[in-house]
Amino acid sequence: MATVSFDDATRVYPGSEHPAVDKLNLEIGDGEFMVLVGPSGCGKSTSLRMLAGLEEVNAGGIHIGDRDVTHLPPKDRDIAMVFQNYALYPHMTVADNMGFALKIAGKPKAEIRKRVEDAAEILDLSEYLDRKPKALSGGQRQRVAMGRAIVRSPQVFLMDEPLSNLDAKLRVSTRTQIAALQSRLGVTTVYVTHDQVEAMTMGDRVAVMKDGVLQQVDTPLALYDSPENLFVAGFIGSPAMNLIDGKIADGGVQVGDYVVPVAREVLAKAEGENDLTIGIRPENFELSEGDGLGLDVAVLEELGADAYLYGTLAGLDEDAKITAQQIVARISSRRPPQRGTTVRIGVAPEHVHVFSKATGARLSETNLR
Amino acid sequence: MPRFLSSRPDARLIPLPWETPLEQWPVEYLVALPRGISRHVVRFIRVGDSVYAAKEVIEHLAVHEYRLLHDLHRLATPAVEPVGVVTERYDADGNRLDPVLVTKHLQFALPYRSLFTPGVRQDTVNRLLDAMVVLLALLHLVGFLWVDVSLSNILFRRVAGAFAAYLVDAETGELHEQLSAGQRAHDLSIARTNLFGEFSDLEAGGMLDESLDPGTLVDSIEARYAELWTELTGVEEFDGSEMHRIDSRVRRLNALGFDVAELDITTDFGGTSIRIQPKVGDAGHHSRRLLRLTGLDTEENQARRLLNDLDTYRARTDQQNADEAIVAHQWLTEVFEAVVKRIPSDLRGKLEPAEVFHEVLEFRWYQSEKLGLEIPLEEAADRYVAEVLTTKPDEALTNVEVMGPLQNPYDPSQGYVDEDDSVPYDPWEDGAAEVDERLATWFDIDELRKGKRGA
Ligand SMILES: Nc1ncnc2c1ncn2[C@@H]1O[C@H](COP(=O)(O)OP(=O)(O)OP(=O)(O)O)[C@@H](O)[C@H]1O
Ligand SMILES: Nc1ncnc2c1ncn2[C@@H]1O[C@H](COP(=O)(O)OP(=O)(O)OP(=O)(O)O)[C@@H](O)[C@H]1O
Ligand SMILES: [Mg+2]
Ligand SMILES: [Mg+2]
Repeated sequence: MATVSFDDATRVYPGSEHPAVDKLNLEIGDGEFMVLVGPSGCGKSTSLRMLAGLEEVNAGGIHIGDRDVTHLPPKDRDIAMVFQNYALYPHMTVADNMGFALKIAGKPKAEIRKRVEDAAEILDLSEYLDRKPKALSGGQRQRVAMGRAIVRSPQVFLMDEPLSNLDAKLRVSTRTQIAALQSRLGVTTVYVTHDQVEAMTMGDRVAVMKDGVLQQVDTPLALYDSPENLFVAGFIGSPAMNLIDGKIADGGVQVGDYVVPVAREVLAKAEGENDLTIGIRPENFELSEGDGLGLDVAVLEELGADAYLYGTLAGLDEDAKITAQQIVARISSRRPPQRGTTVRIGVAPEHVHVFSKATGARLSETNLR
Repeated sequence: MPRFLSSRPDARLIPLPWETPLEQWPVEYLVALPRGISRHVVRFIRVGDSVYAAKEVIEHLAVHEYRLLHDLHRLATPAVEPVGVVTERYDADGNRLDPVLVTKHLQFALPYRSLFTPGVRQDTVNRLLDAMVVLLALLHLVGFLWVDVSLSNILFRRVAGAFAAYLVDAETGELHEQLSAGQRAHDLSIARTNLFGEFSDLEAGGMLDESLDPGTLVDSIEARYAELWTELTGVEEFDGSEMHRIDSRVRRLNALGFDVAELDITTDFGGTSIRIQPKVGDAGHHSRRLLRLTGLDTEENQARRLLNDLDTYRARTDQQNADEAIVAHQWLTEVFEAVVKRIPSDLRGKLEPAEVFHEVLEFRWYQSEKLGLEIPLEEAADRYVAEVLTTKPDEALTNVEVMGPLQNPYDPSQGYVDEDDSVPYDPWEDGAAEVDERLATWFDIDELRKGKRGA
């Protein structure tokens, strides 16, 4: 087992000017489950391939443990890549389906059998090793595929969107299994996905990337509670954080006829900038009798004890509403307002995230609850 | 109502039972044809005299694959042809079904499982591997990173004694201006693993000839690829007395079926050392020439074979100075079509016309050698039909009986009838049925705060 570190690691593809991965600095702890997440094209797969030794590192370096692997060929890095393709071979036994990668590597038969048995133990597949894959349940088949990587007992697992071609249900259950398995094995894992839900529910820590640049790396909760910039704020969360532009006013940020309360020290950091963006998570709004943002309720969605209100800032005419920014609030569904009505929603100062509109950087202190 | 995303729609597809999961389509719509294993539900469907392949797959992948297959076509790389994506499918209870990607069934094409049968010659195996490597290099030349490289995702067509390989599954692909060496190496390493698995599977099923060894087979892939890639893109340096090397490089590339679009030639100041690097156009040097001359659209190797015959015809009829296009037209009607016409219509589905023509030529040569005299082409054609063609399986639409009875003739991924298929109880899946689907696109922050990972 081992730590992994990217030190200013950079990759520029031949013929391209913009680096696909730009000075990536990332320390991954021993046994940690690190998720790289970001929109398509942000450089996740490239980072993973750099770690695997399948992509040249143009500047900076990569370490696995205390070994500098920057220029080592893939086979000398002791990592296993878990592919999307988990095709199981119908004529081979479960044991052979799990062990065949060791066979290519020329490992002796007895050792292969031993390692397969150990992996099967962990995966609860011991009694099925001599069956054909067809005689397994869907989940067991998936575990056989994971077994292929486990038998190699690498120092690091790399996974690139392993769930992307599964349907919604299977994605949810497999995600739980992978996370559970990883913590059981304790093998350092780097997992790539474009899906923030996957990242938030699986990672010990999550590294958010955009345009080849690491935006923030932290635990899921810290990312959620204190996004360091507007991109992370908007990317993490479902439904997403409400990001609303306003102007500095006395005691807060003016949005419509409401001054969203913001501490004086935070406003002081704006240093002459008049335009700020505030961020409020849907669950931090509450219906208010007095002060608050006016919201014209367009849709109400009840979900158990909660309800989601979707609407636009009050006072817009019907045409303007169509293109206006949508605001989402989660409220208790005990006495939900009717659609078509206007309500006021307020927020406590400690739940207001404040960003510079110009740079996108966070101005407010961390909002850890 | 389902929606059809298509640039070249076939109206006959519209009335098909799209509101039914593909797996449950009535057999009257289906054709059982040889095919590779797959994770998705794939069926061949027949409308009129056309056959399409339909694959049920989640929306963003269906659309992604549809677009990529289009791009590959535009770039003239050998891949199945996309027809459309059917979205907005709802069953009778209003449940949403996954979209279906529709491609044209690639006729006369065989999945590898039908080719690696016991008794397969080492030579044939080499040709299959070569075809696969050429396909991979062609895709890499246009900047296509495949990722899911495997024999199951390749179809082979028999062409003039060799094989041409086609890409079937572009789901995981990415298209770039140019690939990095690492990306190409990635594809190769995946190919190595997958092919090893596939060969081992054939071996386990008793379908790989005993003389063949999965390890040895895959070991040759990297070397074959590297050699081809160097020939295609490598820089060659030599001195001024070896100018013929420019010409031989171009000839070698042409012989491999590649056009040289540009040759980058640089000489040093003294002119004593010359450096060349070809910029290879797409493959299909011979097939383009044949198409231009005769309108016949064939595979590269078939085209080469047919062009050879055309050149022989030209020499035999003493028309070296006549216009090439005119001679080609004569050859087409007097030789090529004369042979093709002699195939009875009920045998036309056995083999593609260009391939029949090639086999007739081979047959004639062989028989003539045996008899010590040249037999006329028509006679050779008739005897070929009677002695060889009638005994061949239908390659246009063959049935899947290659490896014993399938569990489901429409889906080899389900395995064979004799296998035990009682699925055991799996404690890991307790509660899996109650999984809340919403959790795929939404996370509960309160649960997360309670420290539940994977929740
Ligand atoms: N061979 C190449 N030449 C030029 N640019 C490339 C090449 N390969 C990838 N890129 C670009 O590098 C950037 C990062 O690509 P990468 O595949 O790492 O992104 P990603 O985050 O994994 O995206 P996705 O989720 O779509 O797979 C993208 O802009 C991509 O287009
Ligand atoms: N257009 C076509 N013409 C002929 N055969 C086809 C065509 N499309 C698919 N097939 C056959 O169906 C098989 C499965 O198709 P495909 O590989 O696209 O499915 P898949 O579920 O995506 O596979 P995988 O598990 O590799 O992701 C192929 O191996 C091929 O034999
Ligand atoms: Mg990627
Ligand atoms: Mg496939």
